[in-house]
Amino acid sequence: MNMQLDIARQAYKGRTASIGFAHGPFVRVDAVPTDGRAVGTPRDEERALRAALFSAGRQIAALAEAAGGEGAKILEFQVALLEDEEFLEPTFAAILDGAPADAAWISALAEQIADYNSAADEYLQARSSDLVDLRDRVLRTLRGGDDATLKIPRGAVVYADDLPPSRFLEIDWSDGGGLALVRGSPTSHVAMLARARGIPMVVQLGAVSTAATTALLDGEGATLELDPTLEQVGLFERRRELHHKNRASARAILRRPATSWNGEKIRLSINIQQVEDINHPDAQYADGIGLMRTEFLLTGRTALPDEDTQYAAYDSMLRWAGNRPVTIRTFDAGGDKPVPGFTEDGEANPFLGVRGLRLCLRHPEVFSVQLRALARAAVHGNLKVMFPMVTTPDELEAGRDLFVEAVGGLQSEGVDAALPPLGIMVEVPAAALTIDRFKAAFFSIGSNDLAQYVTACDRSNGALAALIDPLSPAVLDLIGRVAEFGTRSGIAVSLCGDMAGDPRCISALLSRGLRELSVNPSALAHIKRAIDELSREGGRE
Amino acid sequence: MLETRKANGEVITGSVKLVHAAGMHARPAVKLTKLAKKFQAQISIRASATAEWINAKSVSKIMALRAARDSTIEFKASGEDAEAAVAALVKLVAADFPDTDP
Repeated sequence: MNMQLDIARQAYKGRTASIGFAHGPFVRVDAVPTDGRAVGTPRDEERALRAALFSAGRQIAALAEAAGGEGAKILEFQVALLEDEEFLEPTFAAILDGAPADAAWISALAEQIADYNSAADEYLQARSSDLVDLRDRVLRTLRGGDDATLKIPRGAVVYADDLPPSRFLEIDWSDGGGLALVRGSPTSHVAMLARARGIPMVVQLGAVSTAATTALLDGEGATLELDPTLEQVGLFERRRELHHKNRASARAILRRPATSWNGEKIRLSINIQQVEDINHPDAQYADGIGLMRTEFLLTGRTALPDEDTQYAAYDSMLRWAGNRPVTIRTFDAGGDKPVPGFTEDGEANPFLGVRGLRLCLRHPEVFSVQLRALARAAVHGNLKVMFPMVTTPDELEAGRDLFVEAVGGLQSEGVDAALPPLGIMVEVPAAALTIDRFKAAFFSIGSNDLAQYVTACDRSNGALAALIDPLSPAVLDLIGRVAEFGTRSGIAVSLCGDMAGDPRCISALLSRGLRELSVNPSALAHIKRAIDELSREGGRE
Repeated sequence: MLETRKANGEVITGSVKLVHAAGMHARPAVKLTKLAKKFQAQISIRASATAEWINAKSVSKIMALRAARDSTIEFKASGEDAEAAVAALVKLVAADFPDTDP
């Protein structure tokens, strides 16, 4: 152990994207093995490349099938490239001239990648990442054996520059592990996936020594320690233990019937991305469903879902909830959630484009199917419906008109239907600033988009992470305004963004008047405990 | 904007205006090559009257066209099903690359 004292401590500090602890092998995922392959005759090399291309194609096809919907569409481009003889031709030509398969592949792709990178168009530039992805996948199979992508040991601390959601889904997280990113952002889609799975994730670590074999990742303190000393491991394990103890107490608190803060009842609900999310063991302790997203109905299928399919999904949520309220959000497609055949293609600025209710109002033929399914479900339970991305009261009223029409249509057909209470998501600053003009039955603050639009920061852009802090006075001020209007008018206001699931934000939210929060099922215990702790501290901010 | 014609009985040509807002990007290019590959005919494409003809079954070549919105896409095909191929491709571009249910 004396040897280790001479080695400088390799500790790095980043930003928390998902809380948790991981102690395991340190693995760089996007690094391609560099150990030289045995180079054979041009015939051998050609055969090796063909095999690697075939295997890469199979891997991508399997990933596309598992991902479905948008993920599958994105991967189609790579599949098409693998089937493009003209794309592959320069590589095979170089192999015939005596180049090793891997070198030929790299240099043929380098030209194409550079070409995309130099494009004036940002969209085309972004396609270079598809080529890099494909290049590395083929190289991994070529150099590292057929199932190279599966060789990430379980429980590993995975280190990468950044990680697309598809790569995250490819990794087996069933034995834990963690994610350490050079760049990345706490508001990225990967971060959401990590939080949903309870995988610790630290972003913006900068470059670290990649020679290490073991790592400690502390998602709470946002630290990464490489090849730790025994002392470092000891301290880490103590922090982990404390975290688990807190978690255990959180679980005990979770089982208490109600959450209160300074004697006032706090309603804690859960966010649902898809029907299966209610199977989370903690979901049963929620006061209801504060946000059921419906976009899952639009992805992974070849046609938009019909009324009965939708009705079955909504009805199953109401059955699960019993008397508890279920708030279903109508399709929030567009922005970063494109749906082929529904959303607008090629918008220069999709986050500021035709998305959410804007899109639905443009496609009444699609929207009315959803409204009919909701109107039928409303008969059976405590259903509330909200529209996303609302800017003006006119939009709410236009949506309401369509809803009333759908109810009337069903009733005239002799089908039981009801108009549920209608609310809006408050995520456009214009809506938050004029909240008193909306004739809504309730408001739900979407803090992710609200923060993005208030700070003019793309939430997937890691370089802006410091500016998009949800605790910035501008964001808190708008939230406070809406909450205050709710208290004054007696209209319920809840918050369903990531802020509600972040223990650091709870005090600020409660002290600004919010009494309803909705979080991912995996965050329920922590938030209930955080509120309990605040209550015992006497509610000091 | 939509026109097909038969030239000297063998080579079929057609042209169509690209209405896709973002130009010839990955998804349209993938759809176009997928459709082109359904035909036996040799099919070429170009995005300006002075450019070289390229293989319409190659997604990388089509991406390299960098065809912008409102450019005129020309097809040229020869072979047994050339006429059907050009008609189908022109229709795909004119209809702005709709999603078809399999």
